[in-house]
Amino acid sequence: MSTILIIEQVLNGLQFGVMLFLMAAGLTLIFGVMGLINLAHGSLYMVGAFAAAAVAGATGSFFLGLVAALAAAALAGAVIEMVVIRRLYAAPHLDQVLATFALILIFSEGTRWVFGSFPLFLDIPVGLAGPVTLPGGIEYPLYRLALIGIGLAVGLGLWALIERTRIGIQIRAGENDREMIAALGVDISKLYTLIFALGAALAGLAGALVGAIQSVQVGMGEPVLILAFVVIVIGGIGSIRGAFIGALLVGLTDTLGGVFLPELFKLFMETGAAQKSGSAIASMAIYILMGLVLVWRPTGLFGARG
Amino acid sequence: MINERMINALVLAGLLALPLYALAVDEPFTITLVTRAVILALAAVGLNIVLGFGGMVSFGHAVFFGIGGYAMGILAYHAQTYSTLDLGLFTTEGTKLMPVIWLVAMAVSGLVALIIGLLSLRTSGVYFIMITLAFGQMFFYFAISWAEYGGEDGVSIYVRNSFPGLNTLVPIQFFAICFVILCLVLFLKERLRASPFGLALNAARQSATRAETVGLNPMRLRLVAFVISGMITGLAGALFADLNRFVSPSMFSWQLSGELIVLIIIGGAGRLMGPVIGACVFVALEHFLGGLTDFWHVYLGLILLGIVLFGRGGIIGMLTRTEGAHV
Repeated sequence: MSTILIIEQVLNGLQFGVMLFLMAAGLTLIFGVMGLINLAHGSLYMVGAFAAAAVAGATGSFFLGLVAALAAAALAGAVIEMVVIRRLYAAPHLDQVLATFALILIFSEGTRWVFGSFPLFLDIPVGLAGPVTLPGGIEYPLYRLALIGIGLAVGLGLWALIERTRIGIQIRAGENDREMIAALGVDISKLYTLIFALGAALAGLAGALVGAIQSVQVGMGEPVLILAFVVIVIGGIGSIRGAFIGALLVGLTDTLGGVFLPELFKLFMETGAAQKSGSAIASMAIYILMGLVLVWRPTGLFGARG
Repeated sequence: MINERMINALVLAGLLALPLYALAVDEPFTITLVTRAVILALAAVGLNIVLGFGGMVSFGHAVFFGIGGYAMGILAYHAQTYSTLDLGLFTTEGTKLMPVIWLVAMAVSGLVALIIGLLSLRTSGVYFIMITLAFGQMFFYFAISWAEYGGEDGVSIYVRNSFPGLNTLVPIQFFAICFVILCLVLFLKERLRASPFGLALNAARQSATRAETVGLNPMRLRLVAFVISGMITGLAGALFADLNRFVSPSMFSWQLSGELIVLIIIGGAGRLMGPVIGACVFVALEHFLGGLTDFWHVYLGLILLGIVLFGRGGIIGMLTRTEGAHV
């Protein structure tokens, strides 16, 4: 096992992790401030990917596609917040789960209706295509490296927004006591719509960025959604920092587990059996990680509430 | 205003009358359709013990449905290929006998429910929803990577498993088996609800703190409910796989977990016949809307949204104008 392979896989894990972070950040923000569990977050990811693929396909510009993804996802988020989600804030979690499950059905089948069942493809922008040589002579795709950079930059931006701006103060206040900040004259329903649209835009951005390395198809959002749930359960619901650490942990565990567990098993098993049981365990590795974290800390690494 | 007992009797009578009518006019497909509704109802009845009585929103009950399915698939696969299943402690040639398959399905589901319950019941609320969902995905991906039993393609069984004294290949006889099981489980569930255990569970749902104060152990009550619930859904999974003579990872899918909750909510949470009515409505919608348009899930979504936002208590709640259990 060479060092180059290890570094490559670590980078792949980081790339996967930061994209998961974009999803998990929105989910955890929405839960932290509004107390809402949003299953339709994966649909917003899909909306972003489809908007990017459609616009980039029509105009030939990846950048315009990204803008379209952000706009479409934020708009879809704002609309469902005002039409449906708003009625659910005071409702029990079961109602939230059901209503957002209904939204998934509507979004998925609606998208199939408009775009058909065949996957769309989104090309990597010309400037970011091809490999780049890293120090140490490692060849790595430039686009994936750019994804890591974008993910970290967004994370930093989100931190600055929440810690350093007026909106951020309102968001943090909203987490603590929503009646009080409403009494202080903050338009709480506008703030909620804004936060929901922000979370949706992050999901849409992730969908568009990942759409260029996978195919863009109906149902692409749900596996990512469930991984994002694992991330925020590990990190602690409502904590952006927890979402970041959790996303990197899950990204690295999933990627490295898939490569190294079969190798590890080969040390004490015959090759065929090691390959089989190694990849079977690897497919469950992040859930085992989640189970371990829960046994140790039932509210996640950075979670305050149960 | 209609009495809930009357609705219950009417639904069961209807479930029995429709296949008999279909038999008389020779429409075997209708019998299969009703059998499908009965089996889905059974799965949802299992979930309702956790969700309606216990107030735990499990978004991972497809785990048990899938385990039941794979219990049937694996045992019947070894029986039909005359191969040996090595379980470490002992080996078996598999079996085609339904009662044995059911017992295995329920035992394994119960064991897995015990483990998942021990881990996930440490949490509550949103954490519980997400964790059960995640465990569901774990089994889904495991089934996909399980190459011995078809991986993504699943396992096909050529001849439906047998039940002593009956010919299960005749649709009405297989329906009869499923219907009798559903009635038995409904009877047991009603007994359970009125039993000291059921009352204590109900108390723990309404207020865990108060239940604890009078000396009950909410965690243990919930765990027992979770295991019973998993066993019933596992049994339904074995029947479902036998109905289709096919089992695949899709029996573990998160959509199925969601649909099981939807069945309960359409009918009415915490009601004896809620899941049964829900399953009938669901299968009818799937059949009729699915025949009209490929995109029938859009309408299902809209109906569901309507029920959640405006119609608390599901169909039974609307008919009897009483509120259901608060979950």
